[in-house]
Amino acid sequence: MLLDLQDVSKSYPTGEGVLQVLRGVSLALGAGESLALTGESGSGKSTLLHLAGGLDRPDSGAIRFEGKDIAGLGDRDLAAFRRVSVGLVFQQFNLIPSLDVRANLAFQARLGDRYDAAWTGRLTERLGLAGLLDRYPEQLSGGQQQRVAIGRALAGRPRLILADEPTGNLDEATGDAVLDLMLALMAETGAALLMVTHSTRLASRLGRRLHLAAGKLS
Amino acid sequence: MLTQGFVVLLSHWRRHKLQFAMLLLGLALATALWSAVQAINGEARASYARAAAVVGQDRLEQLARPDGTRFPQSGYIALRKAGWLVSPVIEGEKRFGAERLRILGVDPLTLPSEAAQVNVGAADIGLQRFITPPGVFIVSAETAERLKGVETPPLRISDALPPGMVLTDIGIAQGLLDAPGQVSRLLVAAKQPGHARPLAEVTPDLVRRAPPEESDLSRLTGSFHLNLTAFGFLAFAVGLFIVHSAIGLAFEQRRPAIRTLRAVGLPLGVLIMLMVVELLVLSTAAGLIGVALGYGVASLLLPDVAASLRGLYGAEVPGTLSVRPSVWGLGLAIAVAGTLASAASRLWRIASMPLLAPARPRAWSLASERALRLQAAGGLLLLAMAGLTVFLGSGLVAGFASLGAMLLGAALLLPIMLSALLKLGERLSTRVVAQWFWADTRQQLPGLSLALMALLLALAANAGVGTMVQSFRQTFVGWLDQRLPSELYVTTRSLDESRKVHDWLSSRSDAVLPIWNADLRLFGQPVQVFGVADHATYRDHWTMLEAVPDVWDRIARGEGVLANEQLARRQKLKLGDAIPLQAGVSLPLAGVFSDYGNPRGQVMMGVDGLVRLFPDASRLRYAVRIAPDKAPQLAAELRKAFGLPQGNVVDQETVKAFSLRVFERTFAVTAALNVLTLGVAGLAIFASLLTLSGMRLSQLAPAWAMGLTLRRLALLEVLRGAALAVFTMLAAAPVGLGLAWMLLAVINVEAFGWRLPMHLFPFDWLRLLLLAVASAALAALLPALWLTRRSPADLVKVFANER
Ligand SMILES: Nc1ncnc2c1ncn2[C@@H]1O[C@H](COP(=O)(O)OP(=O)(O)OP(=O)(O)O)[C@@H](O)[C@H]1O
Ligand SMILES: [Mg+2]
Repeated sequence: MLLDLQDVSKSYPTGEGVLQVLRGVSLALGAGESLALTGESGSGKSTLLHLAGGLDRPDSGAIRFEGKDIAGLGDRDLAAFRRVSVGLVFQQFNLIPSLDVRANLAFQARLGDRYDAAWTGRLTERLGLAGLLDRYPEQLSGGQQQRVAIGRALAGRPRLILADEPTGNLDEATGDAVLDLMLALMAETGAALLMVTHSTRLASRLGRRLHLAAGKLS
Repeated sequence: MLTQGFVVLLSHWRRHKLQFAMLLLGLALATALWSAVQAINGEARASYARAAAVVGQDRLEQLARPDGTRFPQSGYIALRKAGWLVSPVIEGEKRFGAERLRILGVDPLTLPSEAAQVNVGAADIGLQRFITPPGVFIVSAETAERLKGVETPPLRISDALPPGMVLTDIGIAQGLLDAPGQVSRLLVAAKQPGHARPLAEVTPDLVRRAPPEESDLSRLTGSFHLNLTAFGFLAFAVGLFIVHSAIGLAFEQRRPAIRTLRAVGLPLGVLIMLMVVELLVLSTAAGLIGVALGYGVASLLLPDVAASLRGLYGAEVPGTLSVRPSVWGLGLAIAVAGTLASAASRLWRIASMPLLAPARPRAWSLASERALRLQAAGGLLLLAMAGLTVFLGSGLVAGFASLGAMLLGAALLLPIMLSALLKLGERLSTRVVAQWFWADTRQQLPGLSLALMALLLALAANAGVGTMVQSFRQTFVGWLDQRLPSELYVTTRSLDESRKVHDWLSSRSDAVLPIWNADLRLFGQPVQVFGVADHATYRDHWTMLEAVPDVWDRIARGEGVLANEQLARRQKLKLGDAIPLQAGVSLPLAGVFSDYGNPRGQVMMGVDGLVRLFPDASRLRYAVRIAPDKAPQLAAELRKAFGLPQGNVVDQETVKAFSLRVFERTFAVTAALNVLTLGVAGLAIFASLLTLSGMRLSQLAPAWAMGLTLRRLALLEVLRGAALAVFTMLAAAPVGLGLAWMLLAVINVEAFGWRLPMHLFPFDWLRLLLLAVASAALAALLPALWLTRRSPADLVKVFANER
């Protein structure tokens, strides 16, 4: 298994006590597979995705990536894991505002020492970003920003891509186009995809689909 | 509705206590430094005014010799007989124990009513006691305190006298000053009987002078106080940077609240008014704290200021402060005005903000590039103006205007220079984190540039003033060595003793050199004339700036005089110019010597000429040449032989140490203000970083998500502060040099009348650099620590929908 979550729980302390978001979630994702995660707003989809990406740690349970448990890693090792193993695409604020598109595209790959100029050049072509390389994030439209985020996530050829409503801020046509591109490029690299989405229409285009409700998967 | 609006606005401060504290602190500090300077200046000026007003000298016309020397009492009697209502005054200095007092002798019976600030007929004094020996000394409470244990006539205290001055009967004073039958001047009563004979007939050698518009003291010390004021203003300006950034942050963060208030129907005008009221209340409160703080700072600094005023100018300023409404008023006014000025642009932006403007993150790259260029153009213009003012203008005010333009111009140029440097750093670095570091630092510039400008001002002022002080010190120390070559300096207590001491010393030392002097008015200013003997001591050591080839021969033959640099500069004297020493007597200028630390003009001539021209010159002091190892023995014997107090026979080292101490204390104030200004600049950076830390999270979160640890990011934040400080110091260095040059070559010449060579002290500059880096890194430390405490949940929120 590429990604293997076993009995993962997560809660947040809030003003009115502890909010139990995930109550023993288990999930497995093989290399090259794609999985859609749906659920109501506030059901904990993003929380689950962040745990899988090594951005946060669960209260209990195991998260194994290629057989290695990342739930117990320290800050430094978690950061190393993020640098090398996952590509992240969020709904917003994906990009580093002080870097231009060229530097944003290469940022994570160079951090993880996996930069490949030829591959990044190809990604740039495919994503239609060639004319935008010298621009800064604030000078891009929402769709353009998401395309850069996808390019950046793929530039280091990670084994796993985690996407949290990557097209949620875009209109339907643009969103579809962006998703098409992403799926095509993933097929090329053979990466696995875990994507959170509200839309059943988009979910249906992925290999599998899981629904999160009351802190459990079904 | 009004209260509701106010409550919403004010609730912001409850949630942002630190920000509130920064705003108050910045404003209070700025006001404090400014007010401290004002309080000190006010105290000094009041003291000068008191000195000038004693016995009505600031209101009454006076009769005196054109050269200011004393004249026989017979002139006074002649005038009284001719029908003039005049009253005699004698003035002079005398030492009592360690205290040097200014003695003012008056005749209580003829003193005009305008001049009678002290009623000597009052019960506690009594006219009879006043005029019969030993007489009565009327002094200020502070002088009385200083005279404790010293043998003097009985003391009486009066507020009308400045410290260091004694009012007593003219007969008593004549005795004390060794000037029997002599008077310094005559006070002319405002109302004169009509039938008096013309003055020119009765006393042709006296001239009638209108009361001076400005006392000698306030003219002499004017530049010193202007210097302090300039520093106070600089500190205030630096403090305003804090206020500006704190207000900026508060207004930025309250945008949503403001939009909501408007949306629910609060008119824009009312809203703006509420905010102005809020600012007024805040700035008044901070101003009050600031002025109170300022008095604290002032009372700490005043002893040093008083000591340097006494050492430099012989000006007596009391060591305690009195509360002055003008200081409070001015302090509050400048606090309120400064706050409103800092807030003006924010208020304007709110006034012109569309109701539904989205709360978009600040656009920076394009807009700020243009703004930077515009600002830089303004900076260049100011620098050009500074240059023009230096070369075309003249006077102290022009000098300070030029300084101000240079500092402000350099500050305006700073952001574009930093931006260029950071761009260069980005281009030169090959590692991805380094590239991001430089790019990200550049992105912070708009938010930090005001604070960095404040830092630039503080650093430049520190470097410039430091260089000036150290250059002065180096020159001064070297000059003192030459100026004080004699082994012993002796002050006798009377003419008779003087003669005996001279004879006693002549057979026991290599040479006894008279240091005799007379006070006179030359070119309308008080000038001291010294008589010197013809001796190798002067030929070998005296530092001449320019002189005719056989200068000492001419002085010895009485064919020329020397003038000190400040007199020569003020009067634009050239070698060979005639110096009018007395009516009908003038001698050509044979040389100009440097005389650092002396505010007054000074003339030197052969001692024989001095005695001939000014028979009443003081002939009490001597310099003694003797083998250095025999000096202590001789000093002890001399003290014993004549019963001279310790302070009347001092060795070279003691005189030098005293001069240096005066020097150090003079600049202790400057150093204190320097450090305070730097501290305020450090606070400004801290305030700005605090401002930015809110926006910072969304900029740092992507880098964190891509695999940088929070610790590393925090470390980079601190490094960023340090790097910016280094760059700012790089920019401040030339400004500091320019400042030092202006101070040494323009301001000092205008203010003091001497020009000093510039020396550079690399070690001091290095220390300043370290100080700057440390303060910037320290300012960045707290926000960085907060960053490491962030939980992942906080960071991922940035990417979630909620924002
Ligand atoms: N840092 C946090 N502190 C406290 N509560 C949190 C935090 N992050 C999320 N939550 C809460 O946890 C629950 C799950 O949040 P999460 O963002 O995972 O939901 P989601 O399914 O992604 O919702 P959406 O579809 O709206 O994005 C929500 O109730 C949310 O309010
Ligand atoms: Mg979510």
